[in-house]
Amino acid sequence: MVEQLFPNVNWESMTEAFYQTVYMTAISTVVTFILGLAIGILLFLASPNQIWANKVVYFLTGSLVNIFRSIPFIVLIILLIPFTKFLLGTIRGTNAALPALIIGAAPFYARMVLIALREIDKGVIEAARSMGAKTSTIIFKVLIPESMPALISGLTVTAVALVGYTAMAGVIGAGGLGNLAFIEGFQRSRDDVTLMATIIILIIVFIIQWIGDTITARVDKR
Amino acid sequence: MIELSNITKIYKTKNGNLTAVDNVNLSIEKGEIYGIIGYSGAGKSTMIRLLNGLEKPTTGTVLVNGENISAASGSQLRTARQKISMIFQHFNLLWSRTVEDNIAFPLEIAGVPKQERVKRVAELVELVGLKGREKAYPSQLSGGQKQRVGIARALANNPEVLLCDEATSALDPETTDAILELLVDINKRLGLTIVLITHEMHVIRKICHRVAVMEAGKVVESGEVLHVFQNPQAPITKNFVSQVSGTNETKESIEQILANYPTGKLVKLTFVGQSTEQPIISHLVKEHDIEVNIVHGSISHTVNGPYGTLIVHINGTDEQVEKALHVLTQRELQMEVIEHG
Repeated sequence: MVEQLFPNVNWESMTEAFYQTVYMTAISTVVTFILGLAIGILLFLASPNQIWANKVVYFLTGSLVNIFRSIPFIVLIILLIPFTKFLLGTIRGTNAALPALIIGAAPFYARMVLIALREIDKGVIEAARSMGAKTSTIIFKVLIPESMPALISGLTVTAVALVGYTAMAGVIGAGGLGNLAFIEGFQRSRDDVTLMATIIILIIVFIIQWIGDTITARVDKR
Repeated sequence: MIELSNITKIYKTKNGNLTAVDNVNLSIEKGEIYGIIGYSGAGKSTMIRLLNGLEKPTTGTVLVNGENISAASGSQLRTARQKISMIFQHFNLLWSRTVEDNIAFPLEIAGVPKQERVKRVAELVELVGLKGREKAYPSQLSGGQKQRVGIARALANNPEVLLCDEATSALDPETTDAILELLVDINKRLGLTIVLITHEMHVIRKICHRVAVMEAGKVVESGEVLHVFQNPQAPITKNFVSQVSGTNETKESIEQILANYPTGKLVKLTFVGQSTEQPIISHLVKEHDIEVNIVHGSISHTVNGPYGTLIVHINGTDEQVEKALHVLTQRELQMEVIEHG
């Protein structure tokens, strides 16, 4: 039945592409979470009337985030080729896609972190300060736990966007389902391959969204 | 215990300088409940934040328990803050933590080991009457319960001073009374110095020993609560006092009485302490040939003793009324003849 509907699908290469997509998405999501969280917290603390209020840091970090957020991903990949080559010694393969994926997604996530942190009741931060809390205590025991639902739902959106980015990373030979759909499906006019790759991507996205929603609901005690 | 000298706080805003606190001197004794009352924008929020260094004065010094808070910074200030706790109008609990974890938070900050934390939290839960709710999240609590968590959290590190920032303003009257009673209890039991800011005279009357009235950044009046009630000087203080004595609402009826009775005198009597329990009116009526009509009356209880106001209309011949008024001035009370407005 499946063989008849998708006569041209090579299941071996489809499975390999699936693993490549999952690999790229997973690694880049984890690194983006850490990096974006750090940048977002820095932006938050440096913003006016906050603990580290600093116009220069706020402006520079904010500008950097905006610049990387505005570059179209496909252009970013090309721009980062020398950097990737320097970092990994190659520009081919799934690992070579990671720097571009992370640098593309981290600023995007940092913005969402900033929005999440701004939603925290100022009074709670003031209360922590009134108890004599250090800034590191405020970050790890107030800012992060109190914004957790928004941090998780933001990460879900970012992870879904990253699945889309991995498809574009095929340009530099990163592999993955997007790449497969383009080369095996589109360029060879095998619509069934494109369709199957799309279905699998959809399933990945749905699973990511479901995991994200479940965790968000569980950590939200408001 | 707390010594504010020549405190001025100026905020720089887009529209120029804003003086939030204007040359304030204040001294608060150990173990007393000190109230600061004022309308919003009077500078009382800034005042209370000067006491734990959340705000720094532009000029002047803040001494709390011998520590110069206005000059302290870094770890010195953080350590000092563990002994100067604060509770808030909107409670400011961490919603992501349960009741017991919220109470444990200041202990974690102070570096108290886990075992001791658990023990101390259990004591505090008991103290504020939240037994059985330890595992609840703030969202599952009522306003009064949330404030109890706030109080337990504030007491965790055995502070010397408790600052209350409009702690009952978000609560309904009954819950307000319960929380105030808890504060009095804590004050008596632990000998804690309590500084509270409020815009409700009711709160001052109920629990404070002394009060300072703030207007436009200045302390316009201060002293023992009963004294201030009985003899308010500044117009704003009179306003606040009428909040609890209810004389504002009677203004119209006074106008009416004045219009209806062109003869006689309308007199406002203020009783303090023992004199509230004397049958002054019946003496008046028995001993003089006059008629007494009660227009308004109320009794309030303050920490320093009861305090009552009575507005009466005294009618009779001019001679008799004068005599009656003279007798009243001999008594242990204050008398004020209300004239046509």
